[in-house]
Order: sequence, then structure tokens, then C-alpha cells
Amino acid sequence: MALDNQKNRDFKIVGTRPDRPDGIDKVTGRAKFGADAYAPGMLHAAILRSPHAHAKILKIDTEKAEKLAGVKAVVTRKDFSKMVTGENWNVLENVMAGDVALYDGHAIAAIAATSTLIARDAIKLIQVEYEVLPHVTDVDQAMKKNAPVIRVGAADSSVPKGLHPNIVRYHESGHGDLKNGFDAADLILEDTFKTEATHQGYIEPHACLAQLGGDGKGELWCCTQGHFHVQKTCAALLDLETSALRVTASEIGGGFGGKTAIFIEPVALALSRKTNRPVKLVMSRSEVFRATGPTSSTSMDIKIGMKKDGTITAGSGIFRLQGGAFPGAPMEFTAMCAFAPYNLENVKQIGYDVLSNRPKQAAYRAPGSPMAAFAVESVIDELCNKLELDPIEVRLKNASKQGTKASFGPTWDRIGLVECLEAAQKHPHYSAPIKKGQGRGISSGFWFNHGGETAVTLALSEDGTAALSVGTPDIGGSRASMCQMAAEELGISYDKVRTTIADTATLGYNEVSHGSRVTYASGLATIKAARDAVKKLCARAAKKWDIDEEAVIWEDGFAKPSGPNAGNFDPIPLAQLTKSMGKTGGPIVGHFEATPEGAGVSFATHLVDAEVDQETGRAHVVRYTVIQDAGKAIHPSYVEGQYQGGAAQGIGWALNEEYIYGKDGRLQNSGFLDYRIPVASDLPMIDTVIIEVPNPGHPYGVRGVGETSICPPLAAIANAVSNAAGVRLKELPMSPVRILEAIKNKT
Amino acid sequence: MSKIHVNTTINGDHLEFLCDPRETLLDALRDRLNLTGAKEGCGTGDCGACSVTLDNRLVCSCLVLGAEADGKSIGTVEGISKGEELHPLQQKFIEHAALQCGICTPGILVATKALLEKNPDPTETEVRYWLAGNLCRCTGYDKIIKAVMDTARDLREAS
Repeated sequence: MALDNQKNRDFKIVGTRPDRPDGIDKVTGRAKFGADAYAPGMLHAAILRSPHAHAKILKIDTEKAEKLAGVKAVVTRKDFSKMVTGENWNVLENVMAGDVALYDGHAIAAIAATSTLIARDAIKLIQVEYEVLPHVTDVDQAMKKNAPVIRVGAADSSVPKGLHPNIVRYHESGHGDLKNGFDAADLILEDTFKTEATHQGYIEPHACLAQLGGDGKGELWCCTQGHFHVQKTCAALLDLETSALRVTASEIGGGFGGKTAIFIEPVALALSRKTNRPVKLVMSRSEVFRATGPTSSTSMDIKIGMKKDGTITAGSGIFRLQGGAFPGAPMEFTAMCAFAPYNLENVKQIGYDVLSNRPKQAAYRAPGSPMAAFAVESVIDELCNKLELDPIEVRLKNASKQGTKASFGPTWDRIGLVECLEAAQKHPHYSAPIKKGQGRGISSGFWFNHGGETAVTLALSEDGTAALSVGTPDIGGSRASMCQMAAEELGISYDKVRTTIADTATLGYNEVSHGSRVTYASGLATIKAARDAVKKLCARAAKKWDIDEEAVIWEDGFAKPSGPNAGNFDPIPLAQLTKSMGKTGGPIVGHFEATPEGAGVSFATHLVDAEVDQETGRAHVVRYTVIQDAGKAIHPSYVEGQYQGGAAQGIGWALNEEYIYGKDGRLQNSGFLDYRIPVASDLPMIDTVIIEVPNPGHPYGVRGVGETSICPPLAAIANAVSNAAGVRLKELPMSPVRILEAIKNKT
Repeated sequence: MSKIHVNTTINGDHLEFLCDPRETLLDALRDRLNLTGAKEGCGTGDCGACSVTLDNRLVCSCLVLGAEADGKSIGTVEGISKGEELHPLQQKFIEHAALQCGICTPGILVATKALLEKNPDPTETEVRYWLAGNLCRCTGYDKIIKAVMDTARDLREAS
């Protein structure tokens, strides 16, 4: 893709902090989220879920439930497609169990009734006969010889022969010679680290409103990170034609990756088809915890060799991830991100994707990367402590930079890791004295970022305003940055552009809002669509002046002759060209459709001070600084917001949050009281530094910012807590119990 | 089951509705009265997204029964602005980018308005503890706290 040389251009709107266009809707309660839609004649649905971690479903008797007054329909697996294969089969199997319940919370049947209360009463009347099977929820246990097999034949061809059937995918990458590398080291450290599964923890439970007729045509309203993906998947699961189902994305109350997956939409559609009435389905918080999201839990072995001067001679890692009862744990990302910040001659990483009786893992902000950083950066910190080296100096000495070979293969383009580390070194946080009882931690983190299929349309109105349609749901303020980029190109003011998240009938396919891709890919597409519109505007001016189209340029919202040779004409403003467009050739609309592939990778460095109470084992964060390369910050406030949000989620993951399973394989903490995400009184202010090393793959230099912010926190906090406690913490979350135990075992 | 007839005042308007004895105030507001500003994030009083005032007391409307609204005065996010004039808190939340997804915003605005009416000069710690019952997963609270402190300062200077 032709990329321009405008990184240093003097922006007028990009880089400023205008009010977000949906601000008033969101502070007045007017914004419509997933559960805020209602339709005439609407029914309400509820889902019956398995109380067992692993059980054969012998019989589902719905007779009593169907007799309850107000109940209109029941659906089970037999109401869905019998033809799906591959990942669609996995999604269907997760949306509604087939012959076996694979985890506590697995959907068994669903009911539509005239009220939510009746639907919830009715599911209790469904009688299910189960044959309980042995289960396993821990990743290390699930790989053992005698572990119960979750599904025979689920492994793909990447898995070496002779491994347990629960190991379904295998990854290996690296380069150099590990033996030579470790032989050259003055100190080699080797350790095992574990992290528990956490949930994305968005405050809005999944919700949708479905209408599907017997003719196979339907409408679906839902909170999702990607309505085109919902459309395609629901069509497959219900044997519909894709274009016959129109999906509209509601405002989305948080996603963090968890709303890239599909859980309830096909169920509501199936119930609507059966009743020929609109069906609303809203998950309870407990259902969200038991049956959606979480991340993988991990078990990781790390070995790193270092010379006395801080040079890393070799690094290796083995990463075991369970992703629930389905293939897909992001172990290759864990493996590839692990050593990405380091320029290593000898490096090797191995990953295992392991099945267990837990819910199907879903993406969570830089899936797989935070855990890798926790393990690797803990060992680096320990090496620095033992060799009495400065942790930032060591990281700078070994830093990945343009031209060095990445641990997973490619050669780095222009990247901003060194700039992040140097900014950390110079930051007042790093030179501030460490208070008694506290420890300081530092960590770097890496994420790939993503481009993906993207289509946008920009239509100019007669009055000189612009309507921009994008297909990527706005999770954290992206409509503001889209308006900024369109206004910048058109040369009109920010408030003259309105950005709408268009439904699936309006635009071509757009990949979900994931991979930190929205400001990058939809932003790039917006710029290109605006330039397409500008070209058409210039053509109208050329026609009026009767000169060549090439002789017209666009500057600050005006068509102008390109120079004295082009002719002597007064510049024409955009609004004048649009006012007459009906007579000069018709509507002026800019388009862009492509799969941009220049998403720039990004790095971050976090600094943390943590305090540990030696008596109770309670740790808390007292100072936090995020330093991250944004490439170019379009709306700096929302870039800072992404940095702060990622850090806060990381603090929760490091200190509090975990999925707790009982011996019976049931989730014991499926609510916000027992699964405790950080509250306002848990956190300090989170300081941010935006580094801007332009991404060569975006016209303004944008890199994605949403995910990298959660890569360093687990490690940075673990290093701070370990340094405060005087003992290395190797398991997350670092709950008071675990910290106290580590302190006791130290002496 | 027969329904209960409830007479109540919401954002100053006299309203009546019929509800099931098991329905929460949150259900009644959303499903009976079309006031969908209050959100259900948990249904168990842990997240604060459904915060409203009940006779000027801050409550989670998911923990109050619809029938309990009878004879009471309820305040919701829809009642915070005066026509098109935003409350200073609403204005500051937009200016400070104190919201990302916005699902927790209605509850946080209702809660902070109640705080500032009670304590016009809160410390950062007081704001943080007052809001400890309102979960936000997007922002890390930083910009929310700044928006609240800034509003409190402006309101004190104006009074």
C-alpha cells in the first residue's frame, strides 16, 4: 500500500482532545446498550446450564417446562445446524451442548416466555439426566497420563506423537543454539511460574434482541466487538444465508476481547424462529463468569542465561495453557511474545494448547502475552538482583530494535522499545527513593497489533458536513478519533463529521474490533476514504474551471488551482462544492475497502512501586507509571485511557483476580463480590507517558494502543511485590495467602 | 400472581406502574417505565451500575423491590441534566474523558452527585472510597477521580 510521508506534518485536529461525539448520550443515560432494546410482542429467554464439570447428557425432558403458563418455546442442540465443521462446530458445541456437558455452566437448553421471571422459573422445570464423568480443570493435571480425556481426536497435526489426547496443538519457534548460549553465561536461572484464569470483567453482561422469521430473514441487535462476525457465525449455526441476517451493534459496555466471541445470539435467534416473535436474551453476571470469557490459565518453565555485564546469552521457555474444553488457548502468542523485547542469539519457545473442563477461553487484551512477560521478566529481574545490575540498563543492553531478529522469526522494522526504556530511565518515578516496606518493579511488554478486513464509507452532505460509516464497534472512544482523522483530511472542523457504526447491511465485511486495530485500520480506511472524496471534490472544481483534474489541489478545506499554470481561480470551499453537487455530477462519496497489513507492533515499559504488609501478606500498588509507544496519538486522552485501563486490569490480575474451582469442578466465585476486580480505593493515580515512534504502515504513524498496556503489569507488579517481600513470587494472583506463605517459606 | 400497583415520583414526575412482587426497582425502571439509564451489571449490588437515589439516599436499584418505590421519590441519571443544560459533573466527565465504554457512567454520576451534595470538598481518598461500590473496568478510575475533584472545585468556587 502506498504510504505517504506525512508523519511530521503539522496536524490541526489530530493530536488535540475534542469532546467525544457520543459523550452527551453516555452521561445522560440516552446511549442504547445491548439490554436497552425492546420490541413489540417481545419474549424473554433464559438458559439452563450444566451443574457438572463433565457429564454425559442422557435425557432432556422439557414437558413440564413447556406446560408452564407463558412458556412459548424450548430449544436444545437439535434446533441448530447439523452441518457445521471446524471452528464453527466448536462455537456451536459451546453455545449449546451436544451429547456431553463439558464444563460447569455449559448451556443445555433455552426457553422463551412472556416474562423473564417465567423463563427463569421454567428452566428449573426442565429435567436433565446426566451421567457424571471424571473431570480435570488444572492445566498440569490435564496433561498427565491418567487425566480424563475431554475429547478424543481433537488434536491437530502439529502435536508430536505420544502426547496426551488433551494436548491439541503444539508450537515451537526460535533460533540459534541454546547449549552454546547457556555455556557462555555466567549465571543461569531456571524457574516455573503459574497464572490463574481471569475474566475480562466488562460491566455489561452479554445481551441481544433477535427477530427471525420462517423465511430465514432476520434482524439482530447485540452488544459485540464485531457484528459482521456475529452475522457470519449465526448464519452458519442456524443454516441461514449470511446477507439475510442484518446485525446491528449496540453501544458496547466493555469487551476487552471477550465480546469477540459468540454465546447467546444464535440461541435467541433459534427461539425467535420457533415462536415467530422477537426474543430478548440477557445473561446474568453469574452466567457471564461461568460460561463466557475467561483467559487461559498457564504453567510456564523459563530458563535464562546472563553474563556478568548483563548480556543475555540464551533464553528458553515452555508454555502450557489450558483454554477450556475447546482448542484455541493462545499458547503461540504466549511463546512468541515471551522474549520479543530482547535481541537474543539463542532462543527457543515451546507451547502446548491443553483441553480441560473449563469454559472455552476467549481473547482478553493481548491474549497470551501478559503471562509470558510475567514469567520471563521475573527471571530477568532475579538475574539483575543476583548480578547487582540496573534493570533498565540490562533491558537497554539487550533491547530489540530496528534490524534485529525477533525471537519468533521476523526482522524488526522501526520499533519504539528503546525510546520507552530511555523514557522510563529519565522519569522522576525511577529516581524517586523507594520507601520502607516497598519495592520497585519494572517490566517491558510486547504486542503484535493487527490490521484486518476493513470497509468504510464517507458521504458528504449538501451543507458541507460528512457522514462517516465504519464497521468496527467503538469500545473506548474510537468515534472521536475517526472524526478527527476525517476532519483533518477534508479540512473541515471536527464537529462537522459524524461517525456511525454501520450495520451489516450497509458496509462490506469488517473484522471485529480486536488486535488494537480500530484506530489503525478503520483510521487508515477513513483517511483513504476521505482522500477518495477529496479527489471527487477536486474533479468537480476542475469541471467548473474547465481545467485538468490533476491541476486542482486540496488545501485546508478548499479546492485550489495547483499553481499559476493551472489558471487564476478563487479557491472553492468544500461546502460550496457539496451545495451544488446534485447539479455537477451527483452525490460525492468516498470509499475504502482493503485488508491493511502494516499494523505496527508496539512495546511498553511499566514502573511500579508496591507495598507489602509482612504481617498479613496484603500487597498494594502505591505508584504506577505507564510508558508506551503509540506511534501517533490521535486523541491523547483516549490513548492515556487505554494505558490506564490496561494497567488497572493488570493490577487486578496480579493481585486479586482468579477463577477458583472446587474439587467438584464447579466455579466457586461467579460474582463480583468473590471475583474482585480493582475498585477506586484499591488504585493510585496512573501516570502515563506517550512515546511516538511513527508506524511506517499508517499514513499518520498510528500503532494500536489498546492491548500492549496489559502486557507488562503482571511482571512489573510481581517484581515490585517480590522486591518488597524479599522473596520471589511465582504464582498469580499474589493474594495475601500466597504472599504470606512465600514470606514464611523464605525463613 | 397478581401484580402490585405502585405510585411513585421519579425525577420529579408522578408515575404509576404495576409490577410483579419479585421484580426489582431496576426491572421496574427499565422494563415498566422505559428508563434504561440505570444498568444491570451484576444484579447483586456489587457493581453500582444501577445506582439511583431513593428519598435522597444512594441505593443499588437491583437490591430494592419495585414495590418499595411506592410513596417514595426516586432520582435516576435521566434526571441529572436540566433540559439541554448538563450538570457540571456530566460536562466534566466528557471534558476529562472520564468514560470509555460508558456503561458504568450513569451509576457513577448518580453516586458522585450524591457525594458532592453531602460533601462539597472531598479529598481524593474520600472520592475513591465513596466510589468503591461503583465498578469501572475501562478507565482505571484515574480520569473519573480527576473529573469529580475538578467539578467539586468549580462548584465550590461558584457558590
